[in-house]
Amino acid sequence: MKSKTNANTARASGMKRFFTFKRKYLAIPYFLFLVLFVLIPILIILVYAFTDTAADGSLVFSFNALVSFFTSPTKVNVLVVSLFMGLLNTIVCLLLGYPIAYLLADKKVNTNYVLVMLFVMPMWINFVLRTGATRDVLSWMGIYGGQHPYIATMIGLVYNYLPFTILPLYTTMIKLDKSQIEAAKDLGCNKAQTFLLNILPQSVPGLVSAAEMVFMPTMSSYVISDTLSEGKLTLFGNIIYLNFSQSMWNEGSFMAMIMLVLIAISMLLTRRFRVDKSQQRGAGLW
Amino acid sequence: MVKENKVALSANAKKEKRQNILHKSLGLSFIWIFLILMYVPVLVLIVSSFTNTKVIGTWDGFSWQLYADLFHDEEILTALGNTIIIAVVSAIISTILGTCGAIGVFYSSKKWTRNLVENVTQIPVVNAEIVIALSLVVMFVFAGTYVFAGANLFSFWTLLIGHIILSLPFVYLNVKPKLIQMDPALYEAALDLGCTQSQALMKATMPEILPGIASGFLLSITLSLDDFIVTAFTRGSGLLSGDKTIETLSTLVQAKIKKGPVPPAMRALTTLIFVFVLLVVIIITIYRNVKAKQAKARKGREGK
Repeated sequence: MKSKTNANTARASGMKRFFTFKRKYLAIPYFLFLVLFVLIPILIILVYAFTDTAADGSLVFSFNALVSFFTSPTKVNVLVVSLFMGLLNTIVCLLLGYPIAYLLADKKVNTNYVLVMLFVMPMWINFVLRTGATRDVLSWMGIYGGQHPYIATMIGLVYNYLPFTILPLYTTMIKLDKSQIEAAKDLGCNKAQTFLLNILPQSVPGLVSAAEMVFMPTMSSYVISDTLSEGKLTLFGNIIYLNFSQSMWNEGSFMAMIMLVLIAISMLLTRRFRVDKSQQRGAGLW
Repeated sequence: MVKENKVALSANAKKEKRQNILHKSLGLSFIWIFLILMYVPVLVLIVSSFTNTKVIGTWDGFSWQLYADLFHDEEILTALGNTIIIAVVSAIISTILGTCGAIGVFYSSKKWTRNLVENVTQIPVVNAEIVIALSLVVMFVFAGTYVFAGANLFSFWTLLIGHIILSLPFVYLNVKPKLIQMDPALYEAALDLGCTQSQALMKATMPEILPGIASGFLLSITLSLDDFIVTAFTRGSGLLSGDKTIETLSTLVQAKIKKGPVPPAMRALTTLIFVFVLLVVIIITIYRNVKAKQAKARKGREGK
């Protein structure tokens, strides 16, 4: 319909050009860029994951990377530990972030948006610098990463990801249907019942997008675990990094592919709950 | 009788008021405790930036020495310059490409092309940063070997592409809702009033989607400033680093903290970044308040 009007105006103005500008052509450079630097690189990764480099440098189809991954107890162990750390970090961040976001959105407690901004503000200070600061303060307090790699890494992870959970939770809480909550109270729910039966189900979309923002990035994080555990704790991100830096591209690509598969699974699982995609990764800050 | 009722009522009201105050103060103290906890590492760096000691936690008298050191530290200043150049250039390119992309996709007539582009846009948003970085590296090596006859492609340009990929989808996602909200008749009206297509785009569409473009641009800058992994993998030599490998703030700090504590001069830098960010927050808050007041005033006038 729209393109028809466009064509008509072009004809009416009497321009008989070989190329007529249409607004949809504006998307061509954007799409080409994405194909060239997003799709093709991922395809190459997939090719490397299922090939082996022969002596003359050519690629031969093989399952060597797959076999070497699943037969290596270290690598499988790293995957399990990363999943565990990711889950633990998600739970801690949600448990802390939920009440904070709830109170920030509660009109009886806080009507000032500045407090929300203050929670988000550390995100604008370079995160490597923040991670270094966290490590220094922890060692000052006697928690050395070399001795307590799990505890130190966990603290660093929560520090980094808590703001990312507060923001989506806050945006959901602000939109909670107040009349529903009032109705639940009027119909005889006590405080616990109102929370469990009404407020919690209403905030599920916020919980899901907050969890999404913590779980996968934790698994694939590199700087935080490397710095805070003084190299003692290897997460999935570190091991992919390690394999590539030792030019074991096939093995590294296979692990990158596992990461992609995990991301795809989590996307499919949370698909129903997603409200607004632009809320991801700190978008909506501005 | 009536009087008694009134007394009971006011007692009730008082009780409720007391409860509200209790609720508010408890809630606020909970929030503040966590807020202060969140800032402990940064605040410790800031406080110890005013004393000239090697490690944090010791105090050796007040001094501005670290700030003087900072402004003579070639390494840090170069990294800072690189970081800012990369952030601004990549944000500008991302904003132009992403805005054009959003406009083009929004007005494309075929549903499957729209869905295709939307889905591809989602990939870098959900993908792990390390996978984005490594897939780019593999591709640059691949292209260097097979397309450019064994050339080493790693340079400022590969780094720039990496940063654009990080932020491009977010520009798209910020502009798109503004296009949806826009009145479609505006563009048609501009055409009817004699604008050419590109004039209509610039004069009718642009002002409407400008807020989305601005927030996309700012988000691109933040993403680029904070990035470590993509930078570490896709960089080569160039920019202010000259023949050496490009260092940004993230890569420089990472290299330093791998060997020891945060270098003293970096504490001074943290303070400066903190003050800058705080200023930005204050400006945004004032801007928001003014906007809200204006909106309120407009509403009041329309009400009359």
